[in-house]
Amino acid sequence: MSTVDRELQDTIPEFKKDKGGAQTVDITNLSAMSGALGSIRSWAEVGAILLVAVVIVGGAELLLRLLEVPQYILPTPSQTVTALVTDFPLLAPHIGVTLTELGVGFAIGAAIGFVLAAVITQFPFVEKIVAPYILVLVTTPMLALVPLLILRFGFGLEPRIIAVALASGPMVMINSATGFRRTDLAKIALARSFGASTLQIFLKIRIPMAMPMVIVGLMIGSIFGLLTAVGAEMVGGSSGLGNRLAYYSSLIQMPQFFACILILALIGISIYVLFFWIGKKWASWES
Amino acid sequence: MRANGTEGPAKLVVEHATKHYQTKSGTVRALEDYSMAVAPGELICVLGPSGCGKSTLLWAMAGLHGLTSGRVLLDGQPVTGPHPAIGMVFQEANLLPWRNLIKNIQLPFEIKRARPDQARIDRLLARVGLAGFEHKYPRELSGGMQQRASIVRSLSVDPEVLLMDEPFGALDAFTRDEMNLLLQEIWLETGKTIVFITHNIAEAVFLADRIMVMSPRPGRLANVFTVDLPRPRPISVTTEPHFFELVAAIKGSIDHGAGAAGHAAVELGL
Ligand SMILES: Nc1ncnc2c1ncn2[C@@H]1O[C@H](COP(=O)(O)OP(=O)(O)OP(=O)(O)O)[C@@H](O)[C@H]1O
Ligand SMILES: [Mg+2]
Repeated sequence: MSTVDRELQDTIPEFKKDKGGAQTVDITNLSAMSGALGSIRSWAEVGAILLVAVVIVGGAELLLRLLEVPQYILPTPSQTVTALVTDFPLLAPHIGVTLTELGVGFAIGAAIGFVLAAVITQFPFVEKIVAPYILVLVTTPMLALVPLLILRFGFGLEPRIIAVALASGPMVMINSATGFRRTDLAKIALARSFGASTLQIFLKIRIPMAMPMVIVGLMIGSIFGLLTAVGAEMVGGSSGLGNRLAYYSSLIQMPQFFACILILALIGISIYVLFFWIGKKWASWES
Repeated sequence: MRANGTEGPAKLVVEHATKHYQTKSGTVRALEDYSMAVAPGELICVLGPSGCGKSTLLWAMAGLHGLTSGRVLLDGQPVTGPHPAIGMVFQEANLLPWRNLIKNIQLPFEIKRARPDQARIDRLLARVGLAGFEHKYPRELSGGMQQRASIVRSLSVDPEVLLMDEPFGALDAFTRDEMNLLLQEIWLETGKTIVFITHNIAEAVFLADRIMVMSPRPGRLANVFTVDLPRPRPISVTTEPHFFELVAAIKGSIDHGAGAAGHAAVELGL
């Protein structure tokens, strides 16, 4: 026999007449995600999308050749792809650097953001005090701190990892907090009626319920992390895709420059697809 | 076989239960000096208009929240928190939408860190006609199926007492009849002690051994009716004259007992 739950002590033992809190939450971000990927169903649609790509790429190729646009202004798609293939061995280590910064920085930032959100939302008073500071962290471009971080930590990976963590952490936190704030008392009471401990309620009710928003936060946070990583690489140091962008543009090597952009686009889309599938697996119950 | 209210030691006792909620606009007296004794194996219906304190009473009986004064006893022992012998079925099915049916039903075992009693679960699922739906998600099930699943979830851990808070309130009339019939059958088979909350007079008369009629604001016990219709009761019992007499008597008592306010809120669902 456990004791009465503090939270349930003075709550209205009533149930939202709408289909339970969880289903009514607006997950604009998540539905936007499924709007872009989830609606693709038939092969005909996939085919149509590929066709559009072929038309755009082919059209660009044709137009650039017909108008004889010089390569240093805008390279043709074929020149870009050729550069990507032939220079890939040169670019590979830089891809590795960017991905490392992103991976490590995001892992640190997301972990801290998630845990902070989980803890802080349990104490409404603390949350009220902390909220404005989190907002400052979210709205201030962390890129601005990079020169300072470089002064302190040098031109290695550390300042960039810190910047990525600072950019992605608050995003993960603010979205996760939204998720943790929705408490469905009926579901908590249910678990409690079977004798669940506070920890069990956290693991079996609160976290799954927050999951859709957490995943949205992870997606936005990782994209912000990518932006910050590339930006930080442009500021200083001699490695990473951002650094290569600055390098190739200074040498007016436009095919290589666009090859880097292509790689960054692929990384961004991969992140999106990754979290889309994670969302499908862990949060599809909400839509 | 069944004890009836007056003889033998009670399974569940509520003594002078009073609960006041403190709100910004003052004190809400949700429950005032409510007492009752439920015999082992008895099916009690608590009947009252919306907002009269039925859920407040049931949550206190389940140990989900405390009382301002008074106490709840299970087998003579005070209930101070959730008790393994007390199962709760909530208003609406209250299934976890991120878990499929079988995972929902296994939740109590997970919480108790026990191996799920699969044989019992399978038997119950078959009993309520949900065999084969184990891997469906709640959103894929009808309201009636969801509520049947939530009953299976509560019964799976074999509680001695089942507290049900308007479990069929959100269902349509046909499904509700079906569920009431099913509940009666399960109760006759298992002999559980059941406290069933409703604001539907006909539902209470169909199910109950005894009906506790509550008056609104503050929630008090206004009247007790004993239903002497023989068991098992078929749905057709609801068209018999004696059934109507009982419904009319209860409705009349609410008219005279609690005044127009109570009357307006009690739905005479036939
Ligand atoms: N935490 C609370 N704070 C203030 N008032 C409350 C609180 N919880 C319940 N009440 C009030 O106490 C009264 C009884 O509430 P309760 O939910 O027990 O009624 P009920 O009979 O279950 O109603 P329903 O049939 O609508 O479920 C209501 O008037 C309600 O507004
Ligand atoms: Mg209620």
